Amino acid sequence: MIEIKNISKTFHQKKQSFKALDQVSLSVEKGDIVGIIGFSGAGKSTLIRTVNLLERPDEGQIIINGRDFTKLSSKQLAGERKKIGMIFQHFNLLSSRTVFDNVALSLELDHVSKDEINRKVNELLKIVGLEDKANDYPKSLSGGQKQRVAIARALANDPYLLLCDEATSALDPATTQSILQLLRDINQRLGITILLITHEMEVIKAVCNHVAVIDKGKLLAKGTLSEIISDKKNPVIRQFINSDIMTIPQELNKKLQKEPQDGLFPLIEIELNENISVEKLLSTLYDQYKIPYKLLKADVEYLGDANFGKLLLHLQGGYEENQKAIYYFNQNKIQNTVKGYA
Amino acid sequence: MLSDSVIALLGKGLWETVYMTFVSGFFGFVLGLPVGILLFLTRKGQLLENAAYYRVTSILVNIFRSIPFIILIVWMIPFTRVIIGTSIGMNAALVPLSVGAAPFIARLVENSLLEVPHGLIETARALGASPLQIIQKVLLPEALPSLINNAAITLITLVGYSAMGGALGAGGLGQIGYQYGYIGYDAVIMNVVLVLLVALVFIIQFAGDRLAKKFDHR
Repeated sequence: MIEIKNISKTFHQKKQSFKALDQVSLSVEKGDIVGIIGFSGAGKSTLIRTVNLLERPDEGQIIINGRDFTKLSSKQLAGERKKIGMIFQHFNLLSSRTVFDNVALSLELDHVSKDEINRKVNELLKIVGLEDKANDYPKSLSGGQKQRVAIARALANDPYLLLCDEATSALDPATTQSILQLLRDINQRLGITILLITHEMEVIKAVCNHVAVIDKGKLLAKGTLSEIISDKKNPVIRQFINSDIMTIPQELNKKLQKEPQDGLFPLIEIELNENISVEKLLSTLYDQYKIPYKLLKADVEYLGDANFGKLLLHLQGGYEENQKAIYYFNQNKIQNTVKGYA
Repeated sequence: MLSDSVIALLGKGLWETVYMTFVSGFFGFVLGLPVGILLFLTRKGQLLENAAYYRVTSILVNIFRSIPFIILIVWMIPFTRVIIGTSIGMNAALVPLSVGAAPFIARLVENSLLEVPHGLIETARALGASPLQIIQKVLLPEALPSLINNAAITLITLVGYSAMGGALGAGGLGQIGYQYGYIGYDAVIMNVVLVLLVALVFIIQFAGDRLAKKFDHR
């Protein structure tokens, strides 16, 4: 449905120029939820803004439903934009309008009748769960509520596509989840295709069917969520998946020694991969090698049959047994680092 | 202390000053608002970015702003005669007052619009709004509290300008203060004129603040 073809964009500032997008191509199928992930400055915001031509690419094409957007006149483009909803990190609600009037804005632009606006806006406010806030001004709303209003506004023209520009980045984790839930609902109930950008892997995991990874203006990988996650060779993807740092508990950290000593046990950080399940790994340690251990921290994610994530293990066997365990990890290509001895 | 005739004189003067201030304020906005909007829209990075338009408009505005008002009145006399038929009286004063206020208003409007977060313009574009719709539905309503504040500043400036015009035959409190105070040296009348002018300025400022607050939902 959406074809982004060889898009490039360079920004020129006084003497420097910065290539924000470099020959990016991506296609999105109807009804899909596609997430583009990248660090800040990777070009993801520029990319999503080229889709409705808020940012005009220097070269390349944006083809949506068979029309090349880069070739449209500004009037035609305005018409096409009405069928593409967009929400933003900072919500961008008009402070001078009530919740109701904010949602009504896109309908007013099309000179829809008052009765029709009334009907439509109330219906939309119901979808996003804010019927009782219709006459409030945005300043009295919380961040999550503001984003809901923005979503209602984006849906007012019955779009076939919703663009989300870091829509949850300014929200706390619980609110983020509720907004993502709403997006998933909209996708399923109304069949609206969603293209979102984010720097949070959590967002991708929560809603996206397809993922694209962007870094330094280039699209590094695209595919289904599990395809991307299992591509662990890619350093950028790895950074996103294993972004959580395993902090060592403070009490233990104080006692931690760099070199092995008698009576001290190794503290090991393990990166799980698809080769071996976490249950298998732990039972091997305990049943086969007879090593007692403390599992200090675990962050495990299951995707289909495979699991990914990190463990922080405090092995408490004898020196020889602990060595065997590390040998076992290495044999199974499980990355492990000894953080110290305690 | 003040005779009836003096009170009548002051009343008439006050009315003339209020009339000149508000009517020229109105025409000042009629001239200045579109220019201010044009200045804003043609700025770098804005909707109708156009360096040449911006430069030319900006220079014209600066030229008119740098002419001292009292010189402007005299300089405009032939033009005023053509439009009003005379260069004396409060209606004649409206011409230089409006023309003098317009570039000032244009700059204030430009600044008010600059305060509107850029994301809102972007959102309106994403919704498919035309530039005219963006001005009508986003820029002006969002900038309204700031525009009202600037209108108050403009009106207060015009109170001062109209008093200056009084010295050149425009009428109003300025002329009374000038004739009775400077030429006749009647301290009482001069001070009453002063108090009236101060009161007028206070009322405009107060009303402006209240109104701006009423429309401010930020």
